[in-house]
Amino acid sequence: MDGVHDMGGMDGFGKVEPEPNEPVFHAPWEGRVLAMQRAMGYAGAWHIDMSRFAQERLAPTTYLTASYYQRWALAMEKNVVERGYAGADELAAGHALRPGKPVVRKLTREVVPGLTRGSFYRQSQGPARFKPGDRVRTKNLHPATHTRLPRYARGHVGVVELVHGCHAYPDSVAIDQGDNPQWLYTVAFDSRELWGPDADPTLTISIDAFEPYLEPA
Amino acid sequence: MAHDHDHDHEHGSELSETQLRVRALETVLTEKGYIDPAALDVIVETYETRVGPRNGARVVAKAWSDPAFKKALLEDASKAVRTLGHESRVGDHLVAVENTPTQHNMIVCTLCSCYPWEMLGLPPVWYKSAPYRSRAVKDPRGVLADFGIKLPKETQIRVWDSTAETRFLVLPMRPAGTEGWSEDKLAELVTRDSMIGTGFPKKPQDIG
Repeated sequence: MDGVHDMGGMDGFGKVEPEPNEPVFHAPWEGRVLAMQRAMGYAGAWHIDMSRFAQERLAPTTYLTASYYQRWALAMEKNVVERGYAGADELAAGHALRPGKPVVRKLTREVVPGLTRGSFYRQSQGPARFKPGDRVRTKNLHPATHTRLPRYARGHVGVVELVHGCHAYPDSVAIDQGDNPQWLYTVAFDSRELWGPDADPTLTISIDAFEPYLEPA
Repeated sequence: MAHDHDHDHEHGSELSETQLRVRALETVLTEKGYIDPAALDVIVETYETRVGPRNGARVVAKAWSDPAFKKALLEDASKAVRTLGHESRVGDHLVAVENTPTQHNMIVCTLCSCYPWEMLGLPPVWYKSAPYRSRAVKDPRGVLADFGIKLPKETQIRVWDSTAETRFLVLPMRPAGTEGWSEDKLAELVTRDSMIGTGFPKKPQDIG
């Protein structure tokens, strides 16, 4: 969706301000939010792309003014309610008013130390359409739902550099349409292709692009 | 650093609306049987004490010391890092990109906050902020200036936007004057920002 989360190339947000000696969490609740997100993911409640899509669907003013973990918390509430894990009345009450629904598994403290990042590789449905060195054009796509093709890189010509194998396709996963596996590529663009003739000529930008985003150029 | 895990003992009058909402969420999800607060404690502790840029620094220091490891890292970083043992549990999708005298690499996620957690820990606030996400792909030299970094004007800059589940780690250049150093000592020079591409490693004189 063409939301405010898609920030690449926007002007006006000001300087980057690193915080010296930044703590891992700025308040204990931030750690609880992160940990709940991991635990609900482990339980199979939703996929990471569904979390991202829930954040993107926050009101633009909320997205821009909430802190990072506030956004996570708001998105989690959205997924909890929309997917029937709890009612808005229960969140408001601060207690369960009805029994929960079944989950595939529950994260225990014994399991945490062995957790690894999940793999996003999936069985391919056919051969890769592109190979390193191929010139490709990103399609001019504007789905109202989740996509990982940023606005600044749509409708532009780049070169395939890396082929990352076949992956779960976020555009499908986020809207409950399954993994729909797709080949994934790193595609590099000359800065002037993206930002015009006055762009820094020493700059090259790459995105990771799923095959449905690309056509031969 | 905030270490108050015993959140049930915070005082009500001090609680912000966000704290209350997060507590309500945790209580409801726990009572529903989906999550176990004891598991959450371990996750928080893991990120506060065990997962951080030291993991990435070990990888970089080894690449600086061991040409065969460096070659393996640049060919398949997930596979190479897995050989280092259980502290560096990475998934399948890590890519290491090498800085050279002619090319500087920078990592960003313009769409959200994708970051190599297993190598660097959780991302700093600035990495997740609108200024960084908006400008890194268009004005990386301006972003580097915010960090007090200036590259020669002829240096090629490559910005990697992490738009899928691939995670990138910058392999910075080994500082001069470190010949014969051990991996442990080299690792002390490797900063978090040098592995994102918004900084350089420390110099030998910086660590005494």
